[in-house]
Amino acid sequence: MKYLDEYRSRAPVERLVRAIERVATRPAVIMEICGGQTHSIVRHGLDTMLPELVELVHGPGCPVCVTPLEMIDRAHAIAARPGVIFCSFGDMLRVPGSDGDLLRAKARGADVRVVYSPLDALKLAEQNPHREVVFFAIGFETTAPANAMSAVLARKRNLRNFSLLVSHVLVPPAMEAILGAADNRVRGFLGPGHVCAVMGLEEYRPIAARHGVPIVVTGFEPVDLLEGILRVVTALEEGRSGVDNQYGRSVRDDGNRAARDVIDSVFEVCDRTWRGVGKIAASGYRLRDELRELDAEARFDVGRIAPVEPAECISGFVLRGVKKPHDCPAFGKRCTPETPLGATMVSSEGACAAYHAYAKEPRGKRLPLAGRDAVAP
Amino acid sequence: MSDAARARDTVSFDASCPIPASRYDAIVLGHGSGGRLSRELLETVFLPALGQGPELAQEDQAVVPLPTSGRLAITTDSFVVSPLVFPGGDIGSLSIHGTVNDLAVGGARPLYITASFILEEGLSTALLRRLVESMRRACDAVPVRLVAGDTKVVDRGKADGVFITTTGVGVVPDGVHLSATLARPGDRVVVSGPLGDHGIAILASRQGIELETALESDSAALHGLARAVLDASTEVRCMRDPTRGGLSSALNEIAAASRVGISLRESDIPLRPEVRGACELLGLDPLYVACEGRLVAIVGADDAGRVLAAMQGHPLGRDAAVIGRVTAERPGIVSLKSVSGGERVVALLSGEQLPRIC
Repeated sequence: MKYLDEYRSRAPVERLVRAIERVATRPAVIMEICGGQTHSIVRHGLDTMLPELVELVHGPGCPVCVTPLEMIDRAHAIAARPGVIFCSFGDMLRVPGSDGDLLRAKARGADVRVVYSPLDALKLAEQNPHREVVFFAIGFETTAPANAMSAVLARKRNLRNFSLLVSHVLVPPAMEAILGAADNRVRGFLGPGHVCAVMGLEEYRPIAARHGVPIVVTGFEPVDLLEGILRVVTALEEGRSGVDNQYGRSVRDDGNRAARDVIDSVFEVCDRTWRGVGKIAASGYRLRDELRELDAEARFDVGRIAPVEPAECISGFVLRGVKKPHDCPAFGKRCTPETPLGATMVSSEGACAAYHAYAKEPRGKRLPLAGRDAVAP
Repeated sequence: MSDAARARDTVSFDASCPIPASRYDAIVLGHGSGGRLSRELLETVFLPALGQGPELAQEDQAVVPLPTSGRLAITTDSFVVSPLVFPGGDIGSLSIHGTVNDLAVGGARPLYITASFILEEGLSTALLRRLVESMRRACDAVPVRLVAGDTKVVDRGKADGVFITTTGVGVVPDGVHLSATLARPGDRVVVSGPLGDHGIAILASRQGIELETALESDSAALHGLARAVLDASTEVRCMRDPTRGGLSSALNEIAAASRVGISLRESDIPLRPEVRGACELLGLDPLYVACEGRLVAIVGADDAGRVLAAMQGHPLGRDAAVIGRVTAERPGIVSLKSVSGGERVVALLSGEQLPRIC
């Protein structure tokens, strides 16, 4: 398949792995920011090909993992209201709230629909004028333009039965939070390719300068990821920091102006709580005041939300690369993919879910992703 | 109800009802009453569509002769697919193929099928007739005899058009013994064709996703292909048709039951470009997408070539491929060597495969 096979084929992949082996002389802890990158690393087994010195750590870039429990509980409460059609991206459905997930809400009678695009939710609103259609607008800067566009179109078409439950988050403040923590282990980043295709590179330069880390904006295919890793390892070996762009075929220095304009016309920056991490200042988007009529939080008064996070879940530490899933006493016992305590056990790119799949291996071969030191052979 | 009472009912019904019952173009609750409307549904839709005379409906059971040798294989399966008619098939033919395939992968020759229908009030009788005719064609092609059936009608909204449950009876010839517990290290994994056609065709028609080419479900009866495989080799350990949960579920079951590892090579797994493209776009893994006309066989290494040739010589197995091997290492685990050269575990899904956001 064109534009895929050439980025997956074995010869260039092996060349890059050999190059990384040649360059790496000391431990390098590298965080891939984006959940899509994590998924690709696991799917293609790239972590199993890297030298022991190079450790990949999951970033908080799985948007369903970091959506705060309070917002998920709010989503459930809105979805449960009669007359509401609640629309969500697919992998949000199994993320546990204080009382089960959206699939359970659906089983109890809520009308929950999986959509591939917020524009599908808009279509539902047009087809069901007597129902309230709510779209769960989550994600990073990548999904923000399309989600913003749905608000623009809802207004243009005068759709009064459409609203957005917004829980958008932003990458740069999360990177700052990770790097600023006393227990940080991360020395270099694979930057989020799709986010930067929208936002450009500029906002990453001050982060790289302030913390002295290399940030290589990277794509999602094996060749992209290994080239990104090679560039980070090389920069670390040479003591260089700064922003580099591996994903030039999609990412321009100044990003996508039109997409950013749509975002700016609909959203404004706000503080956000990240599940497991806590509140990060200026780390998300909310609807601008003049679009408050489209805000599902304002439209549906669901009373006080009192989220109950399982006390023993350590997903916040896992998301920051500080702890490993095996450090959790509930891992594999009270917390499994069927009975997840935290979102990192839910999403296929969540670290705990990935570890769980491998941990069944009785001989304890080295694990995928981060922390191969976490399992005794 | 006594015969006399039934006769009275019939008389009063005829006398008081000015509209002939056959005027119904949609299923009504009365079609499940067991009374005159039920009888009419049988006589105007089911029996003609099945090419059967009224004698099929005379008794409360089908009585068939016992096979003279071998062992009986019995299986049952329910079909709730939406949409009812999809590219490459419909719920009628699917309900025959699915049950025939469950018999066939056990090495059984299909003999008899029964079918139970849950109809939703409001279902078009023309559509029902079309679906039953499709079942009949699927039965004739095997051939397998549909010998008994039942119909119930539920209120509108309590079903999705029609649900069909079929039960199949077949005979496993003496000397044939297939089981998921029989895989041994060194055995090869052979698959009869590209994966995921059914699941992606259904998803595309459900979501209104337009693919560049007309992808059709692979829904087909596999008894002939299974026979060809068993005729080619006595070293066939077990066969599966990878339906729900796809190839991954089928192989994970075998790995667990036989306490062996299974190692696949991604580059050898046949996939149609449109299935691969749709999976890339939608964030799905084709190893978990359902097939309804593919067979996966675990075969002794020495016979893998013969089984592959037998599959490729059959119209349903032209694109067959050897995709992996059984290992002593990592019992219970299915792993995959990726096209890039890395390795990953192909774990069981804990629930439905959900599209990823990123």
